Amino acid sequence: MNLTVSLFGIAREIVGQPSLTLTAPAGQSAAGLLAELRTAYPALAGLRSLAVAVNNEYAAANVELHERDEIALIPPVSGG
Amino acid sequence: MADQSAAPLLIDLTDQPIDVAAVLHAAESDEAGAVNAFIGTVRNRSEGRRVMRLHYEAYPPMALHQLRRVAEMALEKWPMLRKVAVSHRHGTLEIGDVAVVVAVSTPHRADSFAACEYIIDTLKEVVPIWKKEEYEDGTVWVAAHP
Repeated sequence: MNLTVSLFGIAREIVGQPSLTLTAPAGQSAAGLLAELRTAYPALAGLRSLAVAVNNEYAAANVELHERDEIALIPPVSGG
Repeated sequence: MADQSAAPLLIDLTDQPIDVAAVLHAAESDEAGAVNAFIGTVRNRSEGRRVMRLHYEAYPPMALHQLRRVAEMALEKWPMLRKVAVSHRHGTLEIGDVAVVVAVSTPHRADSFAACEYIIDTLKEVVPIWKKEEYEDGTVWVAAHP
């Protein structure tokens, strides 16, 4: 399946584009996606935190991703 | 329509200057003897360096959703909350600009101080908004690295 991942802040700068489309095995988990992205973009592993959001909610590590999910990578937030 | 018997929420994310008085007004209630507000502004120094301006980037749909979640969690913790109003800016802000306003109202003041502090502290932990500081000689994403 194809997953589209939106990127923000320093994660967008590390990857060099505002979103990524990648091919993932069925049943790919949030943690699996993170591992794959950290391998492809080692600088992501240097961030203080990196979360996966699915449909506007923070996803637990074992959450399964689906093709139509709105997926985003959330580097450390710093609003306020 | 939202249930008007529940404490109404004003949740806003804007790229325009925040009207502080309007946010405070949105938190007022005839049932509340206390309105407490936190106003976050852009300061000119960070860790010893001179800041020229700030750039806030938001993930708008999730930021609005999570802001609402934070306000709803405050309502669970402080059922006496009458109103909650939060407005957060994004885009480029100059020194002194207002970045965020949190205003709450409760019958008595102790609860409104506590609820207001909880909302701004939690907002900074979970709402997907990122701050990039611009110095004379470069930029840094705040809190990105250990």
